[in-house]
Amino acid sequence: MFEFKLPSLGADMDEGKLLQWLVKPGDRVHKGQVLAIVDTAKAAVDVEIWQAGVVRELLVAPETTIPVGTVLATLDELGETAAAVPSVGAMPPAGRLRISPAARRRAEALGIDPATVPGSGEGGAITLADVERAAGRPQSVTPPPAPVPRPPVAASPDRNAEMRRAIAAAMSRSKREIPHYYLFETIPLARAQAWLTAANAGRPISERLLLAALQLKAVALALAKYPELNGFFVDGRYQPSTAVHLGVAISLRQGGLIAPALRDADSKPLAQLMRELADLVGRARAGSLRSSELNEATVTVTNLGEQGVEAVAGVIYPPQVALVGFGAVAERPWVEDGTLGVAPTVVASLAADHRVSDGHRGALFLAELRARLQHPDEL
Amino acid sequence: MKTSYREALRLALREALIADPRVFLMGEDVGRYGGTYAVSKGLLDEFGPERIRDTPLSELGFVGAGVGAALGGLRPIVEVMTVNFSLLALDQIVNSAALLRHMSGGQFSVPLVLRMATGAGRQLAAQHSHSLENWYAHIPGIRVLAPATIADARGMLAPALADPDPVVIFEHAQLYNLEGELPASPDGWACDIAHAAVRREGSQATLITYGGCLPKALQAAEQLAADGIEVEVLDLRVLRPLDTDAIAASLAKTHRAVVVDEGWKSGSLAAEVVARIVERCFYDLDAPPLRVCSAEVPIPYAKHMEAAALPQPERIAAAVREVLGV
Repeated sequence: MFEFKLPSLGADMDEGKLLQWLVKPGDRVHKGQVLAIVDTAKAAVDVEIWQAGVVRELLVAPETTIPVGTVLATLDELGETAAAVPSVGAMPPAGRLRISPAARRRAEALGIDPATVPGSGEGGAITLADVERAAGRPQSVTPPPAPVPRPPVAASPDRNAEMRRAIAAAMSRSKREIPHYYLFETIPLARAQAWLTAANAGRPISERLLLAALQLKAVALALAKYPELNGFFVDGRYQPSTAVHLGVAISLRQGGLIAPALRDADSKPLAQLMRELADLVGRARAGSLRSSELNEATVTVTNLGEQGVEAVAGVIYPPQVALVGFGAVAERPWVEDGTLGVAPTVVASLAADHRVSDGHRGALFLAELRARLQHPDEL
Repeated sequence: MKTSYREALRLALREALIADPRVFLMGEDVGRYGGTYAVSKGLLDEFGPERIRDTPLSELGFVGAGVGAALGGLRPIVEVMTVNFSLLALDQIVNSAALLRHMSGGQFSVPLVLRMATGAGRQLAAQHSHSLENWYAHIPGIRVLAPATIADARGMLAPALADPDPVVIFEHAQLYNLEGELPASPDGWACDIAHAAVRREGSQATLITYGGCLPKALQAAEQLAADGIEVEVLDLRVLRPLDTDAIAASLAKTHRAVVVDEGWKSGSLAAEVVARIVERCFYDLDAPPLRVCSAEVPIPYAKHMEAAALPQPERIAAAVREVLGV
């Protein structure tokens, strides 16, 4: 038997609210499967498991707030037979959406996604009245008891306040504990842009690459060479990471910030990186990130180019030890081969943890990043 | 005109005997004793022993005689004291009456009307108290009726006699003493024997029932209405062939159903109704349909135990609340 615990989904998380189970006792689960949805201060997160097994018992009921590390469920290893599979009690069977046939048909007619409707029926089943309520229609039947909340899609004012608090806690800790140093480097982008234009010429709009993908790939490759910038500082000790999982800072429409990970960014082809980036941004804004994406980033990249700032001196997201920033791409006077000209450039910045690395290594990293971006065809 | 269910049945019998000289009534104690439930009281004096015939205690014999009389051109009304005893005549009903039209290639039909009492609630113990209507509703070739109101008690016999095939009429023993208003004109009670009837309109759930459970379902609906829950009550009236259209029409409106049946749940008529609801109305359902049936025991003699074994208005109301989730 082994335990499935609530993981920490980021430095700013110390508790979470279990929203929904997606498995029930007796279910066989595989590595990487999402077992539960947990609400953190920032988002509703799909929590995955990292060992295959058979669910023995669900220990925490939905709508319970529990600290990180709490055992959520026990599982049997494959082949291990449970003494007895206990009943779930009041736990509703999860996985498939519980919705009455009439409610499903009405939701379809009204163009409502039933998954967004809170269910008030038996075991949280969605009824006709729930759908009509969600559509803002007068109900034809008596109002059922208070609905069971589901993972909200849009953020409430409450959630915004919580997210602000979570960011405040993480950033205060960062500025309190991490001795930051900052380096800046202006990087010419003429080659990168020319290459992008050519590469995109033959692609349908939906598959076009953005400069951001090139920047991320370049950062990932440069980091692979400078491991002191890629890892975690935990319990007074630095633990470098062999994998490069880039945390991508994504601002949410309703405010706030989240930095889910693009896993193994150094080894993925650009097209795939681009697809995954688009998917990550979409899901971050829809509030459906997976737990591994929230706690696995080994370094964070923030890109404030769209806002038009020249450069960013970022705050490291603990327990990471570095943050790479990009400002806006701008035409600047540029000297190349002794000739003054005009070239598109971007200011790349590095905020790094002085406990782990020194400015010298940081400078080498930025130089490597600059060099990488001069050979876009090798990215 | 204020009358009883029993009286309404007698009025219908009298009318049939007067209207058609081929009609006669036979059964145990229907003559001198006036019928076990006093339905045929006075008819022997009025119509004589040729047309109101007491029979020996042999269900198989006199039901068979009824089948023969019907084949011979008469219009027999055969009374079997209770459905429990009718099992002795099952061979004549199932293997003869129900099948003859089919087996003769349409050359013969059996215009027989079988009346029998059914149901519990009068402390008559197990062998007089069971509800086996569904056994008959299972058989192709017969029509099964269950008058639950005074008007239907008055109105169903004429169309049953007019039917060229065998018709079984179930009279719930608890309904005989039911009293109420019977319209003076036939317009008020004349009925077809093909359709169910909505006895109370409602929007939130449908109570589907028949016979002796109808008054209980109406009481439950009344209790629920006091709490603002509007329940539709559908009286099946015809147990075979079932009026599935009426069930579907009500479910399209209410989306939730509770079926009330004095039979045992396993293999019951309620089971058939729920199956049809699921087959036909699945996409109209907003909650799983529920059944309120008798406890799966032989109906007890003791009054309180008998009451506990049968569907009661409180249990029906509770089931409605359950399908509504309130």
